[in-house]
Amino acid sequence: MREIRLSYKHQQWFWGYLFILPAMLGFFLFMLYPMISGVLISFTKWSGFGAQEWAGTANYIKMFNDKHFIKAVWNTIYYTLGILTIGVPLALILAVFLNQKFLKGRNFFRAIYYLPVISMMVAVSMLWKWLLSTNHGLVNYFIGLIGLPPVNWLLDPRWAMPGLILMSIWKGTGFNMVIFLAGLQGVPRVYYEAADIDGANWWHKFRHVTLPLLSPATFFIIITTMIHSFQIFQQAYIMTEGGPQESTTTIVYYVYKNAFEWFHMGYACAQAVLLLIILILATYLQKELQKKWVFYE
Amino acid sequence: MNKIPIFQKRKGITWIIFSYILIIAGAIAMFMPFLWMLSTSLKDINQVFIIPPKWIPEPIHWENYKRVFELLDFARYYLNTILVTTGRMAGMFIACTLAAYAFARLKFPGRDILFFLLLSSLMLPFEVLMVPVFILMKNLRWINTYQVLIIPHALGAFGGAFSVFLLKQFFLTIPKELEEAAIIDGASPFRIFWSVMLPLVKPALAAMAIFVFGSAWNDFTYPLIVTNTDNMKVLALGIAGFKGFREGLTQWPLMMAASAMSILPIVIVFVLAQKYFIEGVKTSGLKG
Repeated sequence: MREIRLSYKHQQWFWGYLFILPAMLGFFLFMLYPMISGVLISFTKWSGFGAQEWAGTANYIKMFNDKHFIKAVWNTIYYTLGILTIGVPLALILAVFLNQKFLKGRNFFRAIYYLPVISMMVAVSMLWKWLLSTNHGLVNYFIGLIGLPPVNWLLDPRWAMPGLILMSIWKGTGFNMVIFLAGLQGVPRVYYEAADIDGANWWHKFRHVTLPLLSPATFFIIITTMIHSFQIFQQAYIMTEGGPQESTTTIVYYVYKNAFEWFHMGYACAQAVLLLIILILATYLQKELQKKWVFYE
Repeated sequence: MNKIPIFQKRKGITWIIFSYILIIAGAIAMFMPFLWMLSTSLKDINQVFIIPPKWIPEPIHWENYKRVFELLDFARYYLNTILVTTGRMAGMFIACTLAAYAFARLKFPGRDILFFLLLSSLMLPFEVLMVPVFILMKNLRWINTYQVLIIPHALGAFGGAFSVFLLKQFFLTIPKELEEAAIIDGASPFRIFWSVMLPLVKPALAAMAIFVFGSAWNDFTYPLIVTNTDNMKVLALGIAGFKGFREGLTQWPLMMAASAMSILPIVIVFVLAQKYFIEGVKTSGLKG
């Protein structure tokens, strides 16, 4: 008996390393190594071909003086705020309404709301380019029905980003809604019953029962939505190509253009490193603030 | 008898109607774009610009779907996407389940630090790595090959860590006794993994398979960076190719037909396995 256990312990070492080998190989070769080389490239001036030239911190300094990059950062923040202030509350409202006991066909509705989430981003970006078309788009048709003038969505610098936000909310709300729904189903009914006995109205119940008990899910959604939104690229690439007048040039789109259209590999890497730092900070913030804000039962 | 919670009795009929209107209006807003996509895909160019819009085209132009295959090498894109998706799924199934099992149930030096490293890669989206990954693939001479589209993801890079994490949580819930009985019988860790553990995490595997299928099928940014020839294009890149057609505004019906065909497979999988989609999301949300 003892002998078997001992040999099993050593067997575990061998099998353990063998089992994690493929996944670790993938991680070291295709993620960690590129990350390190990306940081190194960010300190060079390099077209991707030929010799690398050491540039020190020049790329980083350039970044803060590059009004196109600063514009891209603002555009990304604008987009993220749009999603956070409209998309997340919308998902919460839908989840709360969908979670009501009397509602029939909950799974059916959930499936419908989830359909955009699973759809290919490129395909639905094409679709929304068509929906948002100024003269023949369905969105402007409905806007016309309520008597408002047509919006020049993707061709007007003021409206292009709201257009992308609208599309992205349509695409992503189902995902957040499902997480909110799962969170809501974890709220014990007794709290509502107690609130009812105390004569609380629906707003009190929402404010003092639902919201606090939902705070872990809300927190998770806000942070992941933020991280996700900061990486916005495909919509801008397909629907607007960053335009008009750079109004939808986001950080990742600007990185892409620098690297693969203008061949400023070093500069592109510096921007990517900055983005990575933002993402790591956001994750760290999540871990720290979660302890303070989130209410656990 | 079911006890009806007190608060339910108070829901007035107005509130119920209001709730239904809100939910149904939302559902229509979600679904209408898809219907419009289908409707447009069956029109010819003159029908597209009729106002007010007609939902059911007359006559119906089924041939648009055929024309997509003539205009683009759409069959090739489909084939590429199927190859890439199955390749990635097969590889990830092996790499991620094995790693998850090892991290959850085997003891070996450095285990926790390695798991932490792997998990931290979740903070590292491909968007941040696109330049150095491109350089790496160029140096490997992998640009425009199937291996570049399949191998990194098959080894769990760019998102696989999430599957490892998810499966590890499931492996941890399995009682120790099952394992111990097998150890006493003299089974090797691989045997225990294969015949005892794996069958017990089937639901998690299904959720993972669907998740991986979706992300591989819809992948765009990665193939955009590492391929540039037409015969290596996946579907997402293929439809993006319509951006290049600039013959006036004439391509909407064909664009919509191509988009519909790229979305269809995943919608079918979704309808068949909705449960696993939702389960996967829930676990990610609540444990994450």
